[in-house]
Amino acid sequence: MAVRHEVRLSGSGGQGMQLAGIILAEAAILEGKNAVQTQSYGPEARGGASRSEVIISEAAIDYPKVTQPQVMLALTQESYNKYRHDLAPDALLVVDESIEVSDDLPTGTQVISVPILRSATETLQRPIVANIMALGVLVGSSAIVERESLEKAVLNRVPRGTEDLNRQALAIGFQLAANGS
Amino acid sequence: MSPTVKLLQGNEACVEGALAAGLKFFAGYPITPSTEIAEHLAERLPRVGGRFIQMEDEIASMAAVVGASLTGAKAMTATSGPGFSLKQENLGFATFTEVPCVVVNVMRGGPSTGLPTSPAQSDVMQARWGTHGDHPIIAIYPSSVPETYELTIKAFNFAEKYRTPVILLMDEVIGHMRERIELPDEPPIPIIDRAKPTVPKSEYLPFDESQGDVPPLANFGEGYRFHITGLTHDQRGFPTSAPDKTAVLLDRLHNKIYNSLDDILLWETIDMEDAEIGIFAYGATARSATRAVRLAREQGVKAGLIRPITIWPFPDQLIAQYAKQLKALVVAEMNLGQLVNEVERAAQGQVPIKRVLQANGELILPETILQAALEVK
Repeated sequence: MAVRHEVRLSGSGGQGMQLAGIILAEAAILEGKNAVQTQSYGPEARGGASRSEVIISEAAIDYPKVTQPQVMLALTQESYNKYRHDLAPDALLVVDESIEVSDDLPTGTQVISVPILRSATETLQRPIVANIMALGVLVGSSAIVERESLEKAVLNRVPRGTEDLNRQALAIGFQLAANGS
Repeated sequence: MSPTVKLLQGNEACVEGALAAGLKFFAGYPITPSTEIAEHLAERLPRVGGRFIQMEDEIASMAAVVGASLTGAKAMTATSGPGFSLKQENLGFATFTEVPCVVVNVMRGGPSTGLPTSPAQSDVMQARWGTHGDHPIIAIYPSSVPETYELTIKAFNFAEKYRTPVILLMDEVIGHMRERIELPDEPPIPIIDRAKPTVPKSEYLPFDESQGDVPPLANFGEGYRFHITGLTHDQRGFPTSAPDKTAVLLDRLHNKIYNSLDDILLWETIDMEDAEIGIFAYGATARSATRAVRLAREQGVKAGLIRPITIWPFPDQLIAQYAKQLKALVVAEMNLGQLVNEVERAAQGQVPIKRVLQANGELILPETILQAALEVK
């Protein structure tokens, strides 16, 4: 079977996980790959833990849901606690530094713990770009899509006038990935 | 002309397909998980000279769609289970008065208001028999975002060609998931518009069987004087209870659909050439089934997928044909047993049938279907 990448992005409602998932899927499409993005539509989509899931594949994507994420992002402790249960073996787990990582992860899990929320707040004074920065960390450490396509997908989606801010957020994300791995 | 590649939800693809087909009127009462269809049409329809109306409820929405279509506009509404129930009376009116329109039902868990944000396939029998009386219906059901675009166009084409309501069934998975889609600049298939009367206005009869099984439909407001009623009617559209006229009308109503099955029945099969185990699945469940087929083949089990795209009329012949070939047939659907009964009827006891039924608000896992296929091999 062709390689199928399952990605889960999680955080709290309002942190922009849905948009991040859409951008990641659009970056894959820019590369001519197939992508499917799904999200939870339940009450948890408002506050609490929120997740967005993306499947990327060169081949057709049949079953459209994520069952064993090989790449996962968690920006909050609650989302980490709630969504880490079905990680694939040897998965890449990107977490904000504020998250206390448990010792029950599958063998071979590569954990990258970096200051995403703090960097967005302190370096850029804009916590709202934490999702874009997180995408930078995720793609920087997984190479699941090219950096160039990710940047293009980000700029296609963000409001006009915020391009530079989002470029900076991405750059910091890639830098955090380089430092953290 | 190169297509535009986008990441769209199934609901958004439905909107693109409807606009490509020439939709000019939408009346609806937004309901999860179909809401994005109304949301996007509210923005898009006025830009192409169309009308969007949010009505006071689903009953009025369906009535408005019938009225708009009678003026010549391609008309649509979109809903989910609870709203679909409310639309049934006027949907029946549209079948009997032969008014072209498209009714989208993005299925969620039921009964009643059920599970608003979860997928189900529990309205497939309602799509067939939700409205009372002997009536034919066309219902088609996509399994992907690109297919939603194409089938929405086909739904309008069928509606216009056969002068009938067409139900576009979807499920929450297909409606909400975002997927890669190539949107062409021009519709990928020819757009069909309803036949117009060729007789002088004074001689027009809206239900004249001598004009064929699908008599031309005039637009209200263009000088053709005719009557529309839900009562059994004669050629002019006025009530009649004469048995001979009743029989002619009901026969024609059915003939126009059932004599055109070659055109209306759509399906896809995967790996069925040498299959011993067939998996019958539709909508999002067919995607789980596709994976199950691949997993089974990896284990050396000759499995194949039978995916009806046209759900109604039911593809009896398709099932009968494969029933002779297969050792067993697995039927997977997100309800507690609806189309499986149609499969059993069509298979006429020629093949053992294994039911994989799930109505817990979750898409059936490929492994669940695989397990059933391995049990019957």
